[in-house]
Amino acid sequence: MLTLQIVPYSEIHGLSSVGRIRKLLNMAKDNKVVLLHGRLRKEEEAELIKTTMEEINKEFKGIELAVMNPTDNGALTGFEKVKSTVVNALLGDRQGLTLVGPANIVKKVKKDPKKLQFMIEESKKKVIRKRKRK
Amino acid sequence: MLNALQMFLNKFINNIFKKKKHIKLGLYGPPNAGKTTLANRICQDWLGEDMGVASNIPHETREIQIKEQVNIKSGNKEISFNLVDTPGIATKIDYEDFLKLGVKEKEAKKRAKEATKGVIDSIKWLDEVDSVVVVLDSTKDPYSQVNITIIGNLVARDIPVLVVGNKVDLKRSKLKKVKSAFPQYEVIGISAKKGNNIDNFYDTLFKVVK
Repeated sequence: MLTLQIVPYSEIHGLSSVGRIRKLLNMAKDNKVVLLHGRLRKEEEAELIKTTMEEINKEFKGIELAVMNPTDNGALTGFEKVKSTVVNALLGDRQGLTLVGPANIVKKVKKDPKKLQFMIEESKKKVIRKRKRK
Repeated sequence: MLNALQMFLNKFINNIFKKKKHIKLGLYGPPNAGKTTLANRICQDWLGEDMGVASNIPHETREIQIKEQVNIKSGNKEISFNLVDTPGIATKIDYEDFLKLGVKEKEAKKRAKEATKGVIDSIKWLDEVDSVVVVLDSTKDPYSQVNITIIGNLVARDIPVLVVGNKVDLKRSKLKKVKSAFPQYEVIGISAKKGNNIDNFYDTLFKVVK
């Protein structure tokens, strides 16, 4: 069964960078798909990838990661850009969404600036086993 | 007093004879985007030799490769840099993916282990490079988190970035999509393999490199 864990920003707000990464990674290693309200800093995203690589083994193949950042304002112009900068200054990392899932469950992430899609693959082995039991 | 005078003299002499600082130009990107093919193209063009082995199997480059003192010219301008070819950055590595590409199991496991170390080294090297060419496969979705994380980290470190959409010689290449994904950056479409638009790439590199 797939578990989707929704994590409010307050859960990571008081944590150090290492703590935030550890929390997300532990949940992914626990076969949970995590939806975090808010986002990691860019340096933390890189650190999350680095830590993931250090922990890859027979069971854990890595993660799928996607961050929606409404303040990626490269395409915005004029007033919209100013507005986005002000909102970013006020809310910081609270804005946006972060999705982290174990690579053995989340097979692909499709992302564009407006939407995120996680492709999840059903475990074929389990389905086969269930059929045999019947 | 004597010490201060000696320090001043040392500094003065060092400044006169100091070697010109070499820029470290990093090639970053996801696996199989064509970083090593581009590195080979640059090295062939300016040194007459290859830098590394490129292949269709992801994570062919699993260690940081450095080619020292590459001098490139464009008009009257000349830049000298150490070219740093990095292993592709990924968020997942499964040895079974290599099996599907015909790699034997023992080799696939070894390759996967080395590839994880390669990713770690690439991320560590973000603090070492002075300028970066981000090589993306223009036939693939540019919005992948790895691409965004790499570019975001370079910007956070105030490192100049040139985004290259590689493989424009292929019919399924969508350079416009790469450009629209990164509108705030200079994006150049090239084919590192065939050499398409390489002169334009060198000209743009001069504008970007610090």
